Amino acid sequence: MNHALTLRIGPATFRIGAAWPQPIAQLQRLYAAYPDVTGQVADFTVRLQPTSMVRRWVRPSIFITGDHGLADAAPMSLSHGLLAAEMGMNLQMALGWRRHLLLHASSVEKDGCVLVMTGESGSGKSTLAALLGERGWRFMGDEFALLDLDSGAILPFPRLVSLKNRAIDVVADTVGQAHMGPLLAATAKGDIRHMVPRADAVARMGEGAMPALLLFPRFGHAPDIRPVGQGEIFMRLTQASTNYVALGEPAFVALTRFVRDVPARAIDFPTGEDAIAMVERLWEERA
Amino acid sequence: MSAALLVRALRDPASVTTLDATGWNGLIAAARAERLIGTLAFRLAEIAVPPAVQPILADARTDAAREARQALWEADRAVQALRPLDVRVILLKGTAYAAAGLRAGQGRFIGDLDILVPRDRLSAVEQALIAAGWEWVKKDAYDDAYYRQWMHELPPMIHRTRDRMIDVHHTILPLTARPKPDAAALIADAEPIADGLYMLSAEDRVCHAAAHMLADGDLQGGLRNLWDIYGLLAECDPSLLDQRAAHHGLRAHVQQARRLALALYGDGARLTLWDHLVRARLLARDGWGRETRKALVFAFFLRSHWLRMPPLMLARHLWTKWRKGHRPT
Repeated sequence: MNHALTLRIGPATFRIGAAWPQPIAQLQRLYAAYPDVTGQVADFTVRLQPTSMVRRWVRPSIFITGDHGLADAAPMSLSHGLLAAEMGMNLQMALGWRRHLLLHASSVEKDGCVLVMTGESGSGKSTLAALLGERGWRFMGDEFALLDLDSGAILPFPRLVSLKNRAIDVVADTVGQAHMGPLLAATAKGDIRHMVPRADAVARMGEGAMPALLLFPRFGHAPDIRPVGQGEIFMRLTQASTNYVALGEPAFVALTRFVRDVPARAIDFPTGEDAIAMVERLWEERA
Repeated sequence: MSAALLVRALRDPASVTTLDATGWNGLIAAARAERLIGTLAFRLAEIAVPPAVQPILADARTDAAREARQALWEADRAVQALRPLDVRVILLKGTAYAAAGLRAGQGRFIGDLDILVPRDRLSAVEQALIAAGWEWVKKDAYDDAYYRQWMHELPPMIHRTRDRMIDVHHTILPLTARPKPDAAALIADAEPIADGLYMLSAEDRVCHAAAHMLADGDLQGGLRNLWDIYGLLAECDPSLLDQRAAHHGLRAHVQQARRLALALYGDGARLTLWDHLVRARLLARDGWGRETRKALVFAFFLRSHWLRMPPLMLARHLWTKWRKGHRPT
């Protein structure tokens, strides 16, 4: 394709091709600190191609596809090209990654132990991981936590953090504009801005650690901390995984061990500050 | 052209040792787009490949093993559902190759479960499958009527809990196609595999694969179909195949399939002008996994409709589909 870039994020390498220069230029700027893997063999190919020949030039419209794709994927405006590239990489991971159990979760690490946070879009897991990453934790990922099938460790997948709506200002004020991508206004999920993870998150992106706490965060509620039963945890994590079924028995064994060994809580919080205080306290008490 | 690279790698696995990263990226993208990545992974099992390629191929082999396991379980469920009817369940295509351990089945992507049953038992089979949890996919009355009147199979069904599709065939080509294969002979000469499972005879397997590829459809996935044919040809007797193909009215198709299979995957063959066109369509895939040669691809799409329907019927069909909002892509 006319414009292309190869990126490595955690254990996965992506070859991203686009019919237009803008998405690639934006990726180049925001992923500048990531390892240079130009000219290497990629695990996945992502393609940002015009939805039709006309739509390359007139009101440009992106069809996101690649090695793995969805025939009915919604077209995106070229002004949201960066988001399209990120979604294209997520799509490849969600449908094609087989080397770890994928959990739709954010994760951060401190003292060699990992905190995993899972929840639906809007639960606050991305924002929390981004904020903790600025306060002494190592950011590991805001979209996928990779559970190693043999060792039970969580491996990082620290792509750009995708922040939505109200979370944008909260985080941008903390990290500064230089670490932020362009504002992508009025996407299907509202306003989105991407944040570049800190240098240590990128430098240590090959380094996993054992999980020590699992949280189910929920933003926008009065503060509350609840225990969660192991059966419920197991079911929610199978739903939060896109490759649990594809991996078969090894995934069942690894997930069973994760649920048995890792303490878990559901937490409700009204603001990011409340959430951080709750997380730090639960982290201290986890043993 | 990366489809050409894929064909070369399948024909001569050692040829990949000269590939650079761009070559590998193109080969992998083309193999995934053609759903031949599992097959490729098996072909390259003994070849030294770069470290970054090893896990990609290992993943493909694991996926293929799971595909085969799921496909065999689906076949087992269908046999179980149809046991009271005393109907032979004849497996077609991928599931048959996997069940019988044929070379064509190694690493093969397997989509739906395809079975063949006698046409006069079709409604009993349909009822038994519905009772066992399969349900209709097409809710559209026109599509449903179209399948029942003109196709070689029932409208596709999907299992309610396992989410897997089954296509119940009563012959191997649409009733509107010009060749009229002898369905009774296909069924009478089927071979047992195991546990109440049957497959077509070696010669009929080639006839079916050739008919499917060249007398029906638009050659989407044609490289995979042709790889099947290449493997299946090695398992049958050439003179028996000739007789059998003539009996089914598929002689020209089988001969063309053999020429193409040898030209692309074997030691070569003399191709006709028409063969060259089909070959160009089969290789229409670039290093990013994109379809190329759009005009040629579209021409084969039009041809697939022409093959299935006489002109008046085609006109009526396209008009109905257009009003429902379908557009060719």
